[in-house]
Amino acid sequence: MTGAASLGPEGAVAPRRSNRAVRRFWSAVGVFAAALCSGIAASTLIVIIGYVITQGIAAINLPFFLEVPRPVGMTGGGVANGIVGSAIMVAIAALLATPVGVLTGIYLALFGRGAAAEGIRFLADVLSGVPSIAIGLFAYTVFVAPFKHFSALSASIAFAILMLPIIIRTAEEALRSLPSTIREGALALGMSLYSATVKVILPAARPAIVTGLLLAVARVTGETAPLLFTAFGSQFWELNPTNPMAELSLQVFTYAISPYDDWHRQAWAGALVLISVVFLINVFTRVALRTPTGR
Amino acid sequence: MAVRADLVEAPKTVLVMEELTAYYGKRMAIEGVNLAFPSKAITALIGPSGCGKTTLLRCLNRIHEAAGNGRVSGRVLLDGRDIYASEVNPVAVRRRIGMVFQRANPFPTMSIGEDVVSGLRYAGGVRSKARLREAAERVLRLAFLWDEVKDKLNHPGTSLSGGQQQRLCIARALATDPEVLLMDEATSALDPIATAQIEELMISLSGHYTIVAVSHNMQQAARVSTHTAFMLAGAERIGRLIEFGETNQVFTRPRERQTEDYITGRFG
Ligand SMILES: Nc1ncnc2c1ncn2[C@@H]1O[C@H](COP(=O)(O)OP(=O)(O)O)[C@@H](O)[C@H]1O
Ligand SMILES: [Mg+2]
Repeated sequence: MTGAASLGPEGAVAPRRSNRAVRRFWSAVGVFAAALCSGIAASTLIVIIGYVITQGIAAINLPFFLEVPRPVGMTGGGVANGIVGSAIMVAIAALLATPVGVLTGIYLALFGRGAAAEGIRFLADVLSGVPSIAIGLFAYTVFVAPFKHFSALSASIAFAILMLPIIIRTAEEALRSLPSTIREGALALGMSLYSATVKVILPAARPAIVTGLLLAVARVTGETAPLLFTAFGSQFWELNPTNPMAELSLQVFTYAISPYDDWHRQAWAGALVLISVVFLINVFTRVALRTPTGR
Repeated sequence: MAVRADLVEAPKTVLVMEELTAYYGKRMAIEGVNLAFPSKAITALIGPSGCGKTTLLRCLNRIHEAAGNGRVSGRVLLDGRDIYASEVNPVAVRRRIGMVFQRANPFPTMSIGEDVVSGLRYAGGVRSKARLREAAERVLRLAFLWDEVKDKLNHPGTSLSGGQQQRLCIARALATDPEVLLMDEATSALDPIATAQIEELMISLSGHYTIVAVSHNMQQAARVSTHTAFMLAGAERIGRLIEFGETNQVFTRPRERQTEDYITGRFG
C-alpha cells in the first residue's frame, strides 16, 4: 500500500513519516483496548464459573443425582426428579420445534422471496426478542388456564416457541450458505426440487442445522421464567407430561430463595449442573459437528 | 474423429434456438439469438466476458429460470419440440440435457460411487444396487476416471483433485444418458494437464453427444470444436450472436469484422 506513495515527490516523505507514527500509535491503542475488553469479558466469565464451581461442588454427590428432594427442613436429598424433568421437557420441546423450524428454514432459504417470507423472517426476529416470561404467560393462558392444571407439556410448548426462531434462522442460514452450484448441480441432473432438497441439499446442510438445534436446546436449558406458571415444579417423581413436573432450574430458583443453608448449597450445585450441561452441548457442537467437507 | 466402441449410439438429436431472449429480472442479458446446434458435434461458444455465454447455455436446460429472477422468451426446440412449451416439465428436459459447471460441484456428503450415479438414482429412479454399480463403472470409464478411483469409490468426491472432480461431474452427467451435454468453461479452474485430459475427453465424446461448450480460451475452442458461435455485448451490455459457422471458417475467414477483431485479440 505504501509502495507507490513513497516513490512520490521528495516533499511527501517527511509528513508521511509522522503520519505513519500517528497511525501506529492509534493502532496500538486500538489493539490494547480490544485486548482489555476481551480480558474483562473472559475474566468475568471465569469468575462466574469459578464461583459456581466452588460454591456448588460441595453439594455434588451421588444422592444429589439419585434422590428426590427431602421435605422442607430435612437435610440431604437430591434433584434427580428435576434433572429427569428437564430432560423430558426439553426433549418434547425439541420434538415439537424441530420439524416446524427446519421446514420453515427450508421454505425461507429455497422459496423465500416476497412479502410472506419477509413477514415470517420478521416474526422470527421479533419472537427471538420476546422475553421468555411473556412466552410462559402465553403458554399459561392457552394451555394451563383452560384446563386449570399445570403441566410439563405446557412448559414444553413454551420452550418450543423459544427454540423456534433459533432453529428457523440457523436452518435458513445453513441452507443459504451452501454454494448455489450444489443445488443447481442436482437440478441439472434432472432431479425434482424435492429430490434435490432431500437427497443433496439437506444432507449437505445437516451439520449446521443440527448445530442450530443444539444451540436452541442450550438456550432453553436453564430457562426458569416460563416454568413458574407452566410446569410449576414438583417434589416428587413425576414422569407424566400432563402433570406438574420438577425441573432443575426451577429447583435452583426455589432453593436459592429458601431460608435453608442446605438448600442454598443444593441451588449452587444445581446451577453447576446446568452450566456444565450447556458447556458440554457447546463443546460437542464445536468438536463433533465440524462440517465433514470443510477441508 | 475416432468413434468409441464403448459408447451407446445416441439418437440424432436436433437442438435449435429461435429468437431466444433472456432476462435477469427486468434487465435483458441476451437478445434474439437464433442458432441450430449441429448434432453429435462440439459447438464452442466464445466471446468476451459478460457477453452472455453462460446465460445462453443455461437457457438450453431451463436452469436459467431455476435461479430466481431468470426469465426467457423465444423457443428452444429439442427434436422439434419447444422445451419452453407450457406442458413441458423442466425436470424432464434436464434429464435429456446434461450440464457441467464452471467449477466442479461434487455433492458434499456423497462418496464418489454415490455421486456418479446420483442422477440415475434420484432423477432416473433406478434402485437396483447392481445396475447402479454397473452404471458407475461404465460412466467412470467413459470419463477416463475409472482407473484413478476404482479403489476408493467410497471416498468423498470432494477428496479428488480439481481435474478429477470435473471428470466426475462429466461422468455424473453422462450417467442419465443425456443426448446433449452443456459445458460452461469446464476447464477454467484447472491446470494445463487436467485441462488437456478434459479436452481429450470432450473430443472422444463429441461423435456421440451434441455438446455445447462455452470456452474462455480461443485456442481451446479451435482445438476441440467443429463449430463456433461468437457472441458480443454492445454498450447496452445486451449479448447478441454475431457469427456462427464451422470453427475453421470462423477462425480463419470470419465474415464479421467484430469476430475478426476478437480472434485477433484487438479486444476482449
Ligand atoms: N444472476 C444474475 N443476475 C443479474 N445479472 C446477471 C446475472 N448473471 C449474469 N448477469 C449479467 O448477464 C450478463 C451476461 O452474463 P454471463 O452470461 O455470465 O456472461 P459470460 O458467461 O459470457 O461471461 C452480464 O452482463 C452479467 O452481468
Ligand atoms: Mg460465464
